[in-house]
Amino acid sequence: MADTTSRPAPPEARRPLSPHLQIYKPMLTMMMSITHRITGVGLYLGTLLLAWWLIAAATDAKAFGFANDVLTSFLGRIILFGFTWALFTHMMGGLRHFIWDAGRGMDHPEREYLAQATLIGGIVLTVLVWIVGYMVR
Amino acid sequence: MVELALPKNSTITNGRTWPKPVNATNIREFRIYRWNPDDGQNPRVDTYFVDCGDCGPMVLDAILWIKNKVDPTLTFRRSCREGICGSCAMNIDGTNTLACTKDMSGIGGTVSIYPLPHMPVVKDLVPDLTRFYAQHASIEPWLKTVTPAPEREWPQSHEDRQKLDGLYECILCACCSTSCPSYWWNGDRYLGPAVLLQAYRWLIDSRDEATGERLDNLEDPFRLYRCHTIMNCAKACPKGLNPAKAIAQIKTMMLERQV
Repeated sequence: MADTTSRPAPPEARRPLSPHLQIYKPMLTMMMSITHRITGVGLYLGTLLLAWWLIAAATDAKAFGFANDVLTSFLGRIILFGFTWALFTHMMGGLRHFIWDAGRGMDHPEREYLAQATLIGGIVLTVLVWIVGYMVR
Repeated sequence: MVELALPKNSTITNGRTWPKPVNATNIREFRIYRWNPDDGQNPRVDTYFVDCGDCGPMVLDAILWIKNKVDPTLTFRRSCREGICGSCAMNIDGTNTLACTKDMSGIGGTVSIYPLPHMPVVKDLVPDLTRFYAQHASIEPWLKTVTPAPEREWPQSHEDRQKLDGLYECILCACCSTSCPSYWWNGDRYLGPAVLLQAYRWLIDSRDEATGERLDNLEDPFRLYRCHTIMNCAKACPKGLNPAKAIAQIKTMMLERQV
């Protein structure tokens, strides 16, 4: 068999891949798409916390007390605040995709408005829910 | 597959800085991606200084000035210099566009130029577009009919002709496809915005009689449905077209034929 290992690789095989994420200008619509993915992953983690809290409630007072203490601690509240934000931002992103899937709002500048609405709506709803939450306590 | 980092042979090193032009008052700094297939080195970014008083207003004018006056080895494609051939598509100042229609005065500070993103590089700013063209061929971009050809041309009403506006202008420069993160990660199976816009152009042509077959060919989790409406395509298109919208309309056609 001929020795093929000593031959230099053909030029096609040595071609580098041009840079992509490293150089592409971050734009709001692209960033909100990435945010939609990240918040989607965040929702899995948040749902695990919620499930833990419910399972603890169904177990006994001691387990529930522990779970409740952890989740209502300062750090717990920050995590829950983040979970709320992920939930609303993902929900707003879902609505934006729903509109786009219907073929609407895809032109300039509507697509920018929808991306801005996702970002701002997610934050506003999160803050609102927490204000209401503290008020009814 | 999502691979955020560049492969080992593709990481970019610092290149050389070329001398500034003498007796020039309006100097602009350019940082340009270089890769030479013959020297066995990794890609690098070279720095050039362009005398804007001595060249035209577009980015293509500047890189031609560099090629003519500073470094004749700088390699890029160009032809028509008026945005109709699509040859000089590249990543300028972070977004994909045509060098010939990109006005330098619209860019602040240093002008960065890279080849179209996430493509195999042939040399410097020249990407290998073989797969892109093969994908275009795969959607069979020509009129397909079964009825016997009329004696003269295939007639089309003004209204039906208008449906092709915003689609027929595509010059296949690949700015949109190579701006799309979905195409970056799944370009081997996802057709990408440019090819899907072309697919839609034939789907809604009133004279075409292969609409069903064309839709069958696109009914695939990757070919069509990897579009996640990231919208980079619509923002990149140097002709102001909207591939994302064309893709959404194909998805609507898919849905409509099922109900």
